[in-house]
Amino acid sequence: MKIVIPLKRTIDPFVKPRIKADHSGMDLANVKMAMNPFDEIAVEEAIRLKEQGIASQLIAVSIGDDKTQETLRQALALGVDEAIHVSHHTDLEPLNIAKILKAICDQQQPDLIIMGKQTIDNDNNQTGQMLAALLDWPQATFASACVIDGQSITVTREIDGGLERLKLSLPAVVTTDLRLNEPRYASLPNIMKAKKKPLESIPLESLNIELKPHLEILKVEPPPERNRGKILESVDELISALKNEAKVIE
Amino acid sequence: MKILIIAEHDNQRLKPSTAQVIAAAKKLSDNIQLLVLGYQCGSVAEAASHLAGVEQVYLADAQCYQHFIAEQLTPLIVKMASEYDVIMASASTFGKNFMPRVAAKLNVAQISDIIAVLDPQTFQRPIYAGNAIATVKSLDDIKIITVRTTAFDPVETIDHSAPIVNAAPEPTHHTTEFLDLVSSNGERPDLTSARVVVSGGRALQSKENFELIEQLADKLNAAVGASRAAVDAGFVPNDYQVGQTGKIVAPELYFAIGISGAIQHVAGIKDSKVIVAINKDADAPIFQMATYGLVGDLFEIVPQLVEKL
Ligand SMILES: Cc1cc2nc3c(=O)[nH]c(=O)nc-3n(C[C@H](O)[C@H](O)[C@H](O)COP(=O)(O)OP(=O)(O)OC[C@H]3O[C@@H](n4cnc5c(N)ncnc54)[C@H](O)[C@@H]3O)c2cc1C
Repeated sequence: MKIVIPLKRTIDPFVKPRIKADHSGMDLANVKMAMNPFDEIAVEEAIRLKEQGIASQLIAVSIGDDKTQETLRQALALGVDEAIHVSHHTDLEPLNIAKILKAICDQQQPDLIIMGKQTIDNDNNQTGQMLAALLDWPQATFASACVIDGQSITVTREIDGGLERLKLSLPAVVTTDLRLNEPRYASLPNIMKAKKKPLESIPLESLNIELKPHLEILKVEPPPERNRGKILESVDELISALKNEAKVIE
Repeated sequence: MKILIIAEHDNQRLKPSTAQVIAAAKKLSDNIQLLVLGYQCGSVAEAASHLAGVEQVYLADAQCYQHFIAEQLTPLIVKMASEYDVIMASASTFGKNFMPRVAAKLNVAQISDIIAVLDPQTFQRPIYAGNAIATVKSLDDIKIITVRTTAFDPVETIDHSAPIVNAAPEPTHHTTEFLDLVSSNGERPDLTSARVVVSGGRALQSKENFELIEQLADKLNAAVGASRAAVDAGFVPNDYQVGQTGKIVAPELYFAIGISGAIQHVAGIKDSKVIVAINKDADAPIFQMATYGLVGDLFEIVPQLVEKL
């Protein structure tokens, strides 16, 4: 079984993001970057399927500037077999990313695509569902467990109201939620080995797909700030403040 | 401008989110229709027909829609889309699941999680865990929009009812099968629409101790939430997670108990009216945004609160 894992290099989740002074976008100059955390979970899941003897070939794909190759190397160090870098220098919207991924999947013909449910930068939560639509494959979003059985996959989904299990026929697209697994760290020997694994970089133009913008970002601003409140001394003071000052309880 | 809203429900009851999505839609146009996809869900269509501002309700009642599987829902919505300028649903796990699929089938973008409508083309949405608000302009003819429902006050239920029209299901070749649903929620108010939310974090240490949070919630008729750390540790079910990648809440009163205030958690509570933080670490980031803070051991403070309220 062949698995494609699309991934994105994003801001490190523990860094406070900055907005550009002219409000045209986010200021990512000299900001610590990392593999999108949900994509780390996708990579881990694929590696576990390989370790179980279910998957045989894992291919990571990422679209972005040259630095994206560092993130793909990280995936290789973790245990992915090959990587494809689609070189492009501006941030593309989810529909266009899904179209690029579809072109790659048309070439690669995977049996399964595992990817993050959202990136922690634009918080869109769209690309996996869009890719499934373009391929006309079934989808299971927000996965917290995956079990493959021959030509089908059973996915437990984290939804409002509980845990739902769906059975999908393969090929399919699965998007990861936080509880799917706990990603490992790459060992030093594996980081060394990853340098020799195949990483192909192709220009976006070589895929010959027609992409146009569907959205225009007019500006990016800071949210309204919450004021720092007060520290109270006792439970009685708190109850009194909630009743008499904030008037949120009776 | 004609708008179609996909109603959120469990085949028995309409979820409160639908009335909030209608409120967002009304900022765009008064020509609002609803689509209820489900199975044996006539009572849902009936409830939907009484929401202020709805001009017509389409009811697609068929077994294939019982479990809201994205592959099943998408074909009918895509077929109906050509008649509309905007399709909207709530940005819950319901809407997030099928709306991007609909958008891609229509070759248009989805605008996720809108919190404001500036004009019929222009919307605001939070990005980077709510650390920035983006103003985005849609260039598409059909707009697919999911709504952060906490940003909109629900429309009212009225006596007058809109007509209910049956819509025939649209078949799909997909065979995705629903196996089961392990439901997490008991009798508590819905987290995303509750007036009071009491959340606990890693500091609760165990499922047994988390009952302290439940006791306080009982006193306040509140919904119960949690940080990711508390969910990961198995103290509470997954859908209790509040934050950037869980549920967004904006109650009148939010309690963060034994929660440090990581940006991912704060992203989900920022719009609460009053935030109370209880934490033994006076330097915990949560105190920077809490309306009221108590520094101390939650295992002493919470039982006192339960007793005195
Ligand atoms: C991709 C990604 C997505 C995420 N999404 C979310 C999300 O949606 N929601 C979310 O919540 N988190 C999310 N997180 C996790 C987030 O970064 C934090 O790790 C998490 O919120 C911490 O939970 P916590 O505050 O309960 O635990 P901690 O940070 O460990 O804080 C525990 C707090 O309890 C206090 N404490 C300990 N004992 C006591 C006591 N006896 N009495 C009083 N106080 C006490 C401590 O002082 C501390 O402040 C995400 C992380 C990533 C990487």
